[in-house]
Amino acid sequence: MADTAAIDVAPIAAALPTRRDDKALHRMIFVGIALLLIAAPLVLYPVYLMKVLCFALFALAFNLLLGYGGLLSFGHAAYFGMASYLCAYTAKSLGFTPELAILAGTATAALFGLVFGSLAIRRQGIYFSMITLALAQMAFFFSLQAKFTGGEDGIQAVPRGYLFGVFSLADDRAMYGLVCVVFMVGMLLIYRIIHSPFGQVLKAIRDNEPRAISLGYRANQYKLAVFVLSATLAGLAGSTKAIVFQLASLTDVHWSMSGEVVLMTLVGGMGTVFGPIVGALVIVTMETYLAQFGAWVTIIQGCVFVLCVLLFREGIVGLIARIIRKPL
Amino acid sequence: MTTIFGVPTQALFGQLLLGLINGSFYAILSLGLAIIFGLLNIINFAHGALYMMGAFVAWMLLTYVGLGYWWALGLAPLVVGVFGVVLERVLIARLYKLDHLYGLLLTFGLALIIQGLFRNQYGVSGLPYAIPAELSGGQRLPFMFLPNYRAWVVVASLTVCIATWLVIEKTKLGAYLRAATENPTLVQAFGVNVPLFLTLTYGFGVALAGFAGVLAAPIYSVNPNMGADIIIVVFAVVVIGGMGSIIGSVITGFALGLVEGLTKVFYPEASATVIFVIMVLVLLVKPAGLFGRTA
Repeated sequence: MADTAAIDVAPIAAALPTRRDDKALHRMIFVGIALLLIAAPLVLYPVYLMKVLCFALFALAFNLLLGYGGLLSFGHAAYFGMASYLCAYTAKSLGFTPELAILAGTATAALFGLVFGSLAIRRQGIYFSMITLALAQMAFFFSLQAKFTGGEDGIQAVPRGYLFGVFSLADDRAMYGLVCVVFMVGMLLIYRIIHSPFGQVLKAIRDNEPRAISLGYRANQYKLAVFVLSATLAGLAGSTKAIVFQLASLTDVHWSMSGEVVLMTLVGGMGTVFGPIVGALVIVTMETYLAQFGAWVTIIQGCVFVLCVLLFREGIVGLIARIIRKPL
Repeated sequence: MTTIFGVPTQALFGQLLLGLINGSFYAILSLGLAIIFGLLNIINFAHGALYMMGAFVAWMLLTYVGLGYWWALGLAPLVVGVFGVVLERVLIARLYKLDHLYGLLLTFGLALIIQGLFRNQYGVSGLPYAIPAELSGGQRLPFMFLPNYRAWVVVASLTVCIATWLVIEKTKLGAYLRAATENPTLVQAFGVNVPLFLTLTYGFGVALAGFAGVLAAPIYSVNPNMGADIIIVVFAVVVIGGMGSIIGSVITGFALGLVEGLTKVFYPEASATVIFVIMVLVLLVKPAGLFGRTA
């Protein structure tokens, strides 16, 4: 069994079919999220909100691969980080407008996803995770040594610039608007992918790969496709983050970033639509409040990992879904 | 001064020796990973952290108790092994019925905790650990200077690897172990206490990591982060070698260390990534790994 089965995620959420009233519920949640996003900056600090949104999109992208493709990538920092570097570089050194810089970063992540993904899907299970981690470490060393990344300093003072060359993003509220749009588009796209025929085949492969193959589906092509999609959307999150914080650094490509996104997804609920958002909210908030304790953040993260794996595998949203008996 | 391909032989052999030393650590660590994975179906992400812990236990024994290197070489693996046994009993054993990727997540969390605790206590600058008096100095060979301690590291790790291989392949205990790897249910039906076997195997695997940590302590400084980077390289080594064969993982470990050393001589920029590049090539040509059985 060592090398076959894909990860068994959130059996409760997966077992319930999505019915029409569930879709109505999801639609209501989407509207609720949009309203919250509009109201939130009245109460909360926009930079904190933007950080949460970028990581939420990152976690959503990661969950598309883990929760619906059953593939645990331990190297998603590579796509997040490389996109953030390319976005920062094109915006700062080549004078791209923010939307073009974000596109450039996202395209870079897609390319990395295509190359790394086609290598990693040659092995399954644990090996897949180790390969993605090793490839990401390669991207890390590349970023450390390459000239354009600025080594240990990273790329600092990236201009936020003018959206479409017209609207200034220097103000946090304008920036927040763009981040909200990027986040909503990303989230709805992922929701659409999950519920498309493509998504259904993906779930079939996750649950029983040999059977899906025997039904005539080319499992590897589906896996590669979802890998590239996930990497691309992770890149979208990374690029946006580079513009928001005007910084791309080695932190974004480091393996601990890969671990962080796994943690967010785990806390929120693997294989749930909304779990990664909640997970990102919890983890980013935790880190913001614990930042003063220095190395304790790592220890607490580790403890959360251990506790979640041992006692709370369904995650926050998974638990709620089980209680209200609806897939979320 | 003699040169080979324009490189002074001193530098060439010096780097090859360094490569061999790195290879020793890769070999011991990937051997431990392979044994644990074979029986427990878990990739032990905490392996690097436990290697680091081995080095720290050696340093603590010297600093707080006054016990030197040779004591540490015996005691530190024991301490790390017992710690591993506790981890397995208390935490890891609860996951055997679940998908094995949860084991990866759990041990990743453990690695974060262990590294974080040591970082809190001792900072990240690294602590010195002296080479034992018996092994200081070196031999002047015709083509290079060979520090005694480095020669000792290679010999010690080779000995440990071969001994482990002999135990697994040639003894009755090893036969049980191999049988339990193939079919734990059947072996349990024959009256072997498989859960105990799992615990001891995990303890032994991480004790190997602790042993490597003690060997490494005088070469690299004792640093809370020393395990985090090496474990990813060791993962690549494991992917290249495939975990099907014990001796295969040892050979792959040493060979990749040498390749890394050679790269440092001829193209230093690539020395950090060469093992990953080789992994990519192996994945393209022989996806199951050099010594792996079919995936």
